[in-house]
Amino acid sequence: MSQVIYLDNAATTRTRPEVADAMMPYFTEYYGNPSSVYEFSAPCKQAIAHSRETIAKSLGAKANEIYFTAGGTESDNWAIKAAAEAYQAKGKHIITSKIEHHAVLHTCQYLEKRGFEVTYLDVDENGIVKVDELKKAVRQDTILISIMFANNEIGTIEPIKEIGEIAREHGILFHTDAVQAYCHVPINVDEYHIDMLSASAHKLNGPKGIGFLYIRTGLKLRSFVHGGAQERKRRGGTENVPGIVGLGKAVELAMDTMEERAEKERELRDYLIGRVTTEVPFVRLNGHRTCRLSNNANFAFQFIEGESMLIMLDMNGICGSSGSACTSGSLDPSHVLLAIGLPHEIAHGSLRLTLSEENTREEMDYVVEKIKEIVDRLRSMSPLYEDFMKNNQA
Amino acid sequence: MYTEKVMDHFQNPRNVGEIENASGTGTVGNAKCGDIMRIYLDIDENQVIQDVKFKTFGCGAAVATSSMATEMVKGKTVQEAMEVTNKAVMEALDGLPPVKVHCSLLAEEAIHAALWDYAQKNGITIEGLEKPKSDISEHDEDEEY
Repeated sequence: MSQVIYLDNAATTRTRPEVADAMMPYFTEYYGNPSSVYEFSAPCKQAIAHSRETIAKSLGAKANEIYFTAGGTESDNWAIKAAAEAYQAKGKHIITSKIEHHAVLHTCQYLEKRGFEVTYLDVDENGIVKVDELKKAVRQDTILISIMFANNEIGTIEPIKEIGEIAREHGILFHTDAVQAYCHVPINVDEYHIDMLSASAHKLNGPKGIGFLYIRTGLKLRSFVHGGAQERKRRGGTENVPGIVGLGKAVELAMDTMEERAEKERELRDYLIGRVTTEVPFVRLNGHRTCRLSNNANFAFQFIEGESMLIMLDMNGICGSSGSACTSGSLDPSHVLLAIGLPHEIAHGSLRLTLSEENTREEMDYVVEKIKEIVDRLRSMSPLYEDFMKNNQA
Repeated sequence: MYTEKVMDHFQNPRNVGEIENASGTGTVGNAKCGDIMRIYLDIDENQVIQDVKFKTFGCGAAVATSSMATEMVKGKTVQEAMEVTNKAVMEALDGLPPVKVHCSLLAEEAIHAALWDYAQKNGITIEGLEKPKSDISEHDEDEEY
């Protein structure tokens, strides 16, 4: 196979050609500044309003509750920092989980240095947040609960409705980082009692550099990016009109095809998981078997290291990702894999493959064959495997 | 991210394997930080390294530095092998990314550990050789923003 087999859709996705087509006129034709008064800018304003409507509809929200941002990271930063600032008179306690994205974790750590207290909830061996622990962690001064909708590494989908109900019961704001889940699983902000939700276009076949934050009406969140009066004075800066149009188009297409897409991905993913876990010895699937994103497979191969695996897969035209330390630039493996209880050496041997509906069964067969070869090769070079085999012979 | 030489040694590692009844073996690193290297040395009566093999659990750079280090000590006397430093290994590979420099330290340390084992077994002293540390992992420094 000469073409690249792209299995890293949790990192980013291909912008759909229809999305790119929809964006093009907003670079070259309708390039006016939406804030300008003249008629020439009217199509830009209309396009932004249309995207906002589309997104609001997808969440069961109102259009004026959708605020465009530069992406998931900005949305997470905004939601958490602004909520902390706005509600600090009530209290300075925040609850989140140990498996959040760094956009949430590092923001919480930033707030800890500024006098806030943060509880990082444990997860079970499948990566599901312990709801009992959450109930116990709630205090008088708790102002915010931030729990991701679905995990980016292991794909586990969290019990968001239950968490939302707990937050609602105690009058605590509930933010969810839905970057991996939005447009992949159905979300309704009222049903799940979500007060703030972060999402990003490039995880749903939209362009990079655009996302949004849903903010429930009535929340007193201040502006995060100060400047002009854009986004109802809550997010300064000239709107990324082509990006907003692309996001809207991507949402429209993704919502229309969600069910069939998920079904196709799930079938292919389960085929991949089935073959890998039966044909490769000493492997485990990380994350919940069924409560997981339809396109996510995450394996831990014992005795080998993830980066080596990734390079070898890359040499065979396969794009994947790993939670090994070597891919993160630090010496610690993924905090998510450690939180689900994997020992360090097993966490180092993780491989995440995230599919799209464009992948085929033939590709999966090729990938499984290559994984088998690569795992064999790396194990033949591994002192850990050597020790294991010697100990087991004895 | 890696130089051609690193990729070559990663894709075609030299001297992978084990030596039975080796004159000296050394294992360094730990699974916690994701790198373990084991070196086997076969040393003759003239203290010349006749053969060397390695096994490594680790990233691309860890495999490449192990491979290069074994190439560099093969055929050398134990004293000459002491000159194969992490810097020399890195230079021979045309450099490593900054976050991977510890891999080359590990390779040097693995050679030293195997030499130490050989020296201990034979009651000899190798000039400049110190007892290997059990864990040479660096601690990453968190930068504050």
